[in-house]
Amino acid sequence: MNTEEHTVSHVHRDDIGSRMGMWLFLFTELLLFGGMFFLYSVYRFMNTEAFHIAAKELNTLIGCFNTAILLTSSLTMALSITAIQKDKKGLSIFFQLLTILMAFGFLVNKYFEWTTKFHHGIYPGSDTLLSMDSGEILFFGLYYVMTGLHGLHVIIGAVLIGIMTRLTAKGVITKDSFVKLESAGLYWHLVDIIWIFLFPLFYLIT
Amino acid sequence: MHKDETHQHMHGYGIYILVWFGLLTLTGVTVAVAGINFGALTIATALFIAAVKSYLVLTIFMHLRIEQRAFKIFLLVALFFFVISIVLLFADYSFR
Repeated sequence: MNTEEHTVSHVHRDDIGSRMGMWLFLFTELLLFGGMFFLYSVYRFMNTEAFHIAAKELNTLIGCFNTAILLTSSLTMALSITAIQKDKKGLSIFFQLLTILMAFGFLVNKYFEWTTKFHHGIYPGSDTLLSMDSGEILFFGLYYVMTGLHGLHVIIGAVLIGIMTRLTAKGVITKDSFVKLESAGLYWHLVDIIWIFLFPLFYLIT
Repeated sequence: MHKDETHQHMHGYGIYILVWFGLLTLTGVTVAVAGINFGALTIATALFIAAVKSYLVLTIFMHLRIEQRAFKIFLLVALFFFVISIVLLFADYSFR
């Protein structure tokens, strides 16, 4: 670290190592969601018709809207890193807050989507659901687990970005030291990628 | 070395907005194409578009394009084993 040798020589920092650590963690996330995608693909392979019928129950419009929200939040996250690299602290915080706002918007949509389904009597273990074909039960089981776990990741991501916003405001994350923000960004983009696959596999198979 | 690294490790605002626009367009394409029935190719098309979108997010948003080679190798190894798993899984299920 050339820049630091002049000031505080004892501070050890390894940005590349930090980012690599984050990537390694993301690979474990690939295993977590990957296992579910395997499950999905095998069950869909065995219950093609039932999956198509069950998917008609999902609201494609909300799905599209949420996709656009998440993609845009990924954009603002990436922009916040460029902003801090250009030493524009205020702008970076603004972009981070926008990202959190969109994460919140995503969850609000998800809330309405799920409650509508609950009103239709479709929730894990409900009589309506259990009276359906076994393939449809599998579809909704996977739908709730996979979008639920993804939603949990959205919550964790939003909290992480919130912590980063605070660190940026306090001057811990700066033009010369922004690897924390970058790692939070990597996590957020992973959440985006997972949704990129969830969306067509659940909402667009009618 | 480090100076070069920090200097290199940077993207302008423009490319992000461009990628975002591309991602939204591809989402539009997936939705439009989903209405058409290509038979077995329908799912392949959806997955192909999702893969292209992921590639854009990985290379630009997640900075892989300007990251050191080790990162790319790591990801390729991870994806390689992921693909192996799903190929073996389907090799099993398809011939039962």
